[in-house]
Amino acid sequence: MEMPAPSPTILSHKARIVQRLLQVLPEDAVIHAPEETRAYECDALTAYKCPPLAAVLPASTAEVSDVLRICSEEGVPVVPRGSGTSLAGGALPTADCVILGVARMNDVLETNYADRYIRVQTGRTNLSVTGAVEEDGFFYAPDPSSQLACAIAGNIGMNSGGAHCLKYGVTTNNLLGVTLVLMDGTVTEIGGAHLDAGGYDVLGVICGSEGQLGVVTEATLRILPKPEGARPVLIGFDSNEVAGACVSDIIKAGVLPVAIEFMDRPCIRATEAFAGAGYPDCEALLIVEVEGSDAEIDMQLGVISQIARRHDPVELRESQSAEESARIWLGRKSAFGAMGQINDYICLDGTIPVSELPRVLGGIKDLSAQYGLDVANVFHAGDGNMHPLILFDANKDGDLEKAEEMGADILRLCVEVGGCLTGEHGVGVEKRDLMEAQFSPADLEAQLRVKDVFDPAWLLNPAKVFPLSVTASRRVAAE
Amino acid sequence: MEQNGALTPTDEHELAEAVAGAAGPLRVQGGGTRTYAPVEGDTLSVAGLSGITLYEPGALTLVARAGTPLADIEAALAAENQRLPFEPMDHRAILGTEGTPTIGGAVAVNASGPRRIVAGACRDSLIGVRFVDGTGTIVKNGGRVMKNVTGYDLVKLMAGSHGTLGVLSEVSFKVLPGIETTVSLRLDGLSPERAVAAMAAALGSPYEVSGAAHVPVGPDGAPVTMLRLEGFEASVAYRSQKLRALLEPFGDARIDEMAGREGGTDPGWRWVRDAEMFGGGSGALWRISVKPSDGPRVAAALPDGKLLMDWAGGLIWAELDETFDVRAALSEIPGHATLVRASDTARARFGTFHPAPAPVAAISDGLRAKFDPRGILNPGLMG
Repeated sequence: MEMPAPSPTILSHKARIVQRLLQVLPEDAVIHAPEETRAYECDALTAYKCPPLAAVLPASTAEVSDVLRICSEEGVPVVPRGSGTSLAGGALPTADCVILGVARMNDVLETNYADRYIRVQTGRTNLSVTGAVEEDGFFYAPDPSSQLACAIAGNIGMNSGGAHCLKYGVTTNNLLGVTLVLMDGTVTEIGGAHLDAGGYDVLGVICGSEGQLGVVTEATLRILPKPEGARPVLIGFDSNEVAGACVSDIIKAGVLPVAIEFMDRPCIRATEAFAGAGYPDCEALLIVEVEGSDAEIDMQLGVISQIARRHDPVELRESQSAEESARIWLGRKSAFGAMGQINDYICLDGTIPVSELPRVLGGIKDLSAQYGLDVANVFHAGDGNMHPLILFDANKDGDLEKAEEMGADILRLCVEVGGCLTGEHGVGVEKRDLMEAQFSPADLEAQLRVKDVFDPAWLLNPAKVFPLSVTASRRVAAE
Repeated sequence: MEQNGALTPTDEHELAEAVAGAAGPLRVQGGGTRTYAPVEGDTLSVAGLSGITLYEPGALTLVARAGTPLADIEAALAAENQRLPFEPMDHRAILGTEGTPTIGGAVAVNASGPRRIVAGACRDSLIGVRFVDGTGTIVKNGGRVMKNVTGYDLVKLMAGSHGTLGVLSEVSFKVLPGIETTVSLRLDGLSPERAVAAMAAALGSPYEVSGAAHVPVGPDGAPVTMLRLEGFEASVAYRSQKLRALLEPFGDARIDEMAGREGGTDPGWRWVRDAEMFGGGSGALWRISVKPSDGPRVAAALPDGKLLMDWAGGLIWAELDETFDVRAALSEIPGHATLVRASDTARARFGTFHPAPAPVAAISDGLRAKFDPRGILNPGLMG
């Protein structure tokens, strides 16, 4: 992974920069000893590592503002970091950067059930947002699989999704307002507890901007009343095409499930060996979940099962109880862990039009044969967000590179059929160099102009999202 | 591509040429039904860019050229028992405009109806755009898939930008299954405070309320509070009984089954959606957005006038004397007020859009200068 050469000037000013940071932060909030900065050398994309110049852990918006003002004055790049769970290298440091971690900012600031929102500091984890309101019958809808660990800051940075997006949308659809600190230290409120923007939808641009426009320290999130209940049906098929057609027919029938999950045979076998959820040994498996009262669930599952039967399923199991539901979800929820047990893997995140599912699965099969690497598929079928897992051996020379090349080919295929490079993980460094497969120079230029407005010196989260060649002239001009 | 002095491109390339070749300001229009304020300049109409370019019911995806009549889109969706989730309002009644509402116009003003509280705004269903910026360059962002975080989200930025950042040429949406049954629950005689409390209770329940509106002076002269449930018949029947029981402290809710759905919205809710009670009226018409529980405070802070509360109290339409400064009266309440209809005098005094805090205003000005460096797209319309 090519990264810009660190600035010798910044590296030589390290002592002064650390000194200035210590003037505005407590001593334990400034990490600068080389053996300690290593804790921040990577996120969940562990193939790439680089210890930062320093890492800071501010405890308030005012401290974040001070840090950014100092870094801005010193010309030091800043890499914002939530919990460091990015699979795309969104929080990968450069050697001359300051990592700004929001982990110490995890308070609930306000809960308001009459208006159905919660205001939190963004270091709070996704699951603990729901944790703060669930006793009162509410929840926060976006549920990325890392929800136990991932922070709201990162969710906003990457516009994270989850399994239940088909009904509830992704982060941007559940974000009402933020406190944003700009690179020069300016603090501003954008949005609030009201529903829509008064002028341009600046909030909409900030969400998903991968920490390149500003640092979000507080967020007002929409919370929803918990449904009365939810239960899934498990449906097995002996062909991917038929499973894909079934998904399409369910959607066309007017039922809107909260989740439609898809697993292919390699994934089913691996999870079965790992978790023993009792899945049938078949080519493709769907888990379709619906919500409502018991009677409403029965009715919807009835409609879904009726559609599924028209496609000759090899297995059809409607959950009748919480235990059965847990059993159906068990395999799916342990899929990534199961794959990790048997292999190293790269998890991709492309999205495709649902109608292209058979074609893309066929294409992945061909690439798998061509590269000689196995692929297991597990994904959110309702919205076309695929997570092919490319299995490789990290101890084998060149295997990672081969897997990465194959991943790039799969993502190019996603774009070719009308989809995109990333559905919920973000671009980060991982898919940075593929952006030109999806966007024309004019498309990218329009996005760069937004960055110019928010961060004219190009200091926030450098070398992410856009190919280095595309941003080169701007980075030079800003120096 | 010129007609009656207006620029009327018929495809995206002609649109790009028209913008690139413009010698002065352009008044950007779809069907011309939603323009809040007059704009000086040559008319640039995208009505010639018309037609659905892709519709996949099984993928809940529809893509259309910006000038496509909204009615065409709603008809195509209805034929597959689907709909636009956000229930776009029709501005013709309140603005007194004629013409054909287009999908691009709906996006340009981020038009969203009562269902916004559960299904999101237009910007939430919008998954892709193609547009021509102020230099005449064609730009695309987003696409045709509903989960997409590739690059910055300019889709949201274009929604509600009133044609000032670029001229939309094509828009893509996530759509939803159609609605089998609609039921309304009506409560009579509530004060704004009690009505907002009743609506909050309903929206805090698991019964998926898809509309919550209150009018202090209803068609019969008395206050009416309306709650809407939508879905499969048996489910709606079940939820309406549950909701009725939940609302008992607020009175005996009448249950009205809706008949004659049109474009997914029955006449009673269309009345709310389009703010029909302000049609043909005089005075300034304000659209105020606050958190729902502040709705009663807003109502109390305004002088006598016609009032409609939608979005459980979070969206307030108010028709007031033109000299009244709504923003000053509401300065203590977070949110914003847009002057949707007014005389030139009132508009000159108050401006159409709510002034943003300085840093946000600077960002907005910066974005506009980047996307339209010559300042030719709907100049004067937004800020």
